[in-house]
Amino acid sequence: MKKFFRLVSVIISSLALVLVLTACGSKSLADQNVVTRAKRTNTITWGVKADTKLFGLMDVKDSHIKGFEVDMARALTKQILGPKGKAEFVQVTSSTRVPLLKNGNIDAIMATMTITPERLKQVDFSRSYFDAGQSLLVKKGSPIKNVRDLNKKGATVLGVVGSNSVQNVAKFAPKAKVLQLSDYAQAMTALKSGQGEALTTDNGILAGMSVENPGYVLTGGAFTKEPYGIAINKNQPEFKHDLNRALTKVEQSGQYNRILKKWFGNVPGMNVKEMER
Amino acid sequence: MIAIFHNYGSLLLQGFGQTLLCSVIALIFSLVIGSMFAIFETTPIKFLRVIARIYIEVFRNIPLLVITMFFYVVIPMFVTKINGFTAGTIGLTIYTSAFIAETVRSGINSVDPGQMEGARANGLSWWQSMQHIVLPQAFRYVIPPLGNQFINLVKNSSVLAFVAGFDLMYQGNVIASDSLNTMSTYICIGILYLIITLPLSYWMRYLEKKLA
Amino acid sequence: MKDFINAYSWINIHYLLQGLWITVAVSLVSIVGSYVLGSILGIVRYVNIKVISPVVGLFIDIIRNLPLLLIIFFTYFGLPNLGLRPSSVWATILAMTVFESTMIAEIVRSGIAAVDPGQMEGARANGLSYGQAMYHIVLPQAMKKMIPALVSQFISLIKDTSLATIIVLPDLMHNAQIVYGQNSTYILPMFLMIAVMYFIVCYALSLLSRSLDRRMS
Repeated sequence: MKKFFRLVSVIISSLALVLVLTACGSKSLADQNVVTRAKRTNTITWGVKADTKLFGLMDVKDSHIKGFEVDMARALTKQILGPKGKAEFVQVTSSTRVPLLKNGNIDAIMATMTITPERLKQVDFSRSYFDAGQSLLVKKGSPIKNVRDLNKKGATVLGVVGSNSVQNVAKFAPKAKVLQLSDYAQAMTALKSGQGEALTTDNGILAGMSVENPGYVLTGGAFTKEPYGIAINKNQPEFKHDLNRALTKVEQSGQYNRILKKWFGNVPGMNVKEMER
Repeated sequence: MIAIFHNYGSLLLQGFGQTLLCSVIALIFSLVIGSMFAIFETTPIKFLRVIARIYIEVFRNIPLLVITMFFYVVIPMFVTKINGFTAGTIGLTIYTSAFIAETVRSGINSVDPGQMEGARANGLSWWQSMQHIVLPQAFRYVIPPLGNQFINLVKNSSVLAFVAGFDLMYQGNVIASDSLNTMSTYICIGILYLIITLPLSYWMRYLEKKLA
Repeated sequence: MKDFINAYSWINIHYLLQGLWITVAVSLVSIVGSYVLGSILGIVRYVNIKVISPVVGLFIDIIRNLPLLLIIFFTYFGLPNLGLRPSSVWATILAMTVFESTMIAEIVRSGIAAVDPGQMEGARANGLSYGQAMYHIVLPQAMKKMIPALVSQFISLIKDTSLATIIVLPDLMHNAQIVYGQNSTYILPMFLMIAVMYFIVCYALSLLSRSLDRRMS
């Protein structure tokens, strides 16, 4: 009996411990006005991907992250802080980006993040800076021509944890089984080793993968609209306003189209002319 | 936190079940395989000793994730299709068995060699002396470190998350990204792990006291 | 085969070695930290001081029964709630030290418990104080029994640093992921290469422990 009480007390105390850890959330950093702080330090800290071709990819030669989103973040920083403004980059993944934003480690997320109603409950978004659409990557000659072909028992679709594309599959092909891998390279490897029939995510990311794996092609076109937005903390209306204004300026000056062309100009399956702004 | 349990109860339950299932399977097989290699290492036969040595050193010095990925990625390329749960469980079994072998071996070695000699002198065969005299004493020494290994095994089953094995950690990642409520989700996951591991560690302590 | 040759270019290997350095450095600091902290916790738990020992015991039981991955999460995402924002390197070192010290505490405690109680009584009967008897008689014997378990734990620690990839610690595992993120055909060569690198580091440690083991017995 004594042992039993001891066990119960251990469980109760551990619950109390974790409650204390979460409950005493002081909201210091995330609640400060980002614009004021950025102007003081002359820096905006961006959370970007480092494992996604064309959007944000670590260059192993010099350990710098490079891609469309990194160039865009730099351009936006200069619009907001002036030509001497510094953009700092912190590498994030789909599962760490929101906690890092809420903790104030980063000021904004620019990491292939689609604006969705669920996410809007947790964070705020700028208007869209890139219009992607979800698509499928399959082996050349695969019988799967579009997402409806996957809506059957025994079909397996591969995706990545933390992306909203897996939730879309549940909508478009409810009978298919979904496997969520931890990153795109592992999902691609799982596709090659036959763990699933198709890999699904946004077309821009899939295009990057088909470039390096010529035996695999995009199929069926985009079946959803995935507008990427810059995610920021709630209660930052000034920062949101500045971001949207900076985005408009970057678009109007033609800088947006130059960056777009630099990264997507030579990618098969991407029509840069359609995406220009 | 209560909201997480409420909204994602079935996912959490499924993950809990998979983690438990994988742990039990891996526990049984790794204990058998591990003890076998430990005995191999202490036999007078040199060939068996070398085999056991290589097995233990290779698998306990490579991260579990690497072993698991090998089964998940390489085996389907050459042999047969294998799902994440199976790959993860095989990887976990092999990895843990190397640690168990090392633990049991050190237990056998800490038994006074005089015991073995005495038993042999009294006419028992090598295997009989091992079974009746040496192993019972050895296991008494190694109960606490073995307990550590079993708890490690349960926690290490989280490697299944990397190969889509639908375990607790996998469901945790899925729920965290769906609800965007990272801390609460992982606290729920932590409580569920404690439900498995805490009784295990108290039971081990009880056994240790009883055997001492 | 071509994949392997391309994957093992000097640029990629160099990048992996940078990761290996982080892995080794973080592990070393955590090993020293957790050994010191773990020994203290283990002895405190064994000696049975009023109030302190049960509290320490409770702490050990909770932490050691959670997956390390969760401890890392709590350190990195939970500490900012208390006003601290550790970098991923310090968050990892802190998480590893706290977690591993509870594992080591258990090893130390059971190592002391496994020493024949007659040894302590004999030493006390010969006029040594409790502390002296512990330090000169019991601990050296307990140490001998603990070495294999301790080394196993340290090897686990080194490999477990790979879990900190999740909070973007630029360690060996992370850098391998970055390399195969450039080209997914590199995934198998990268996994094999890091297996070899981890093996070399960990095997060196177990060889060291074997020679220690031999010298002490």
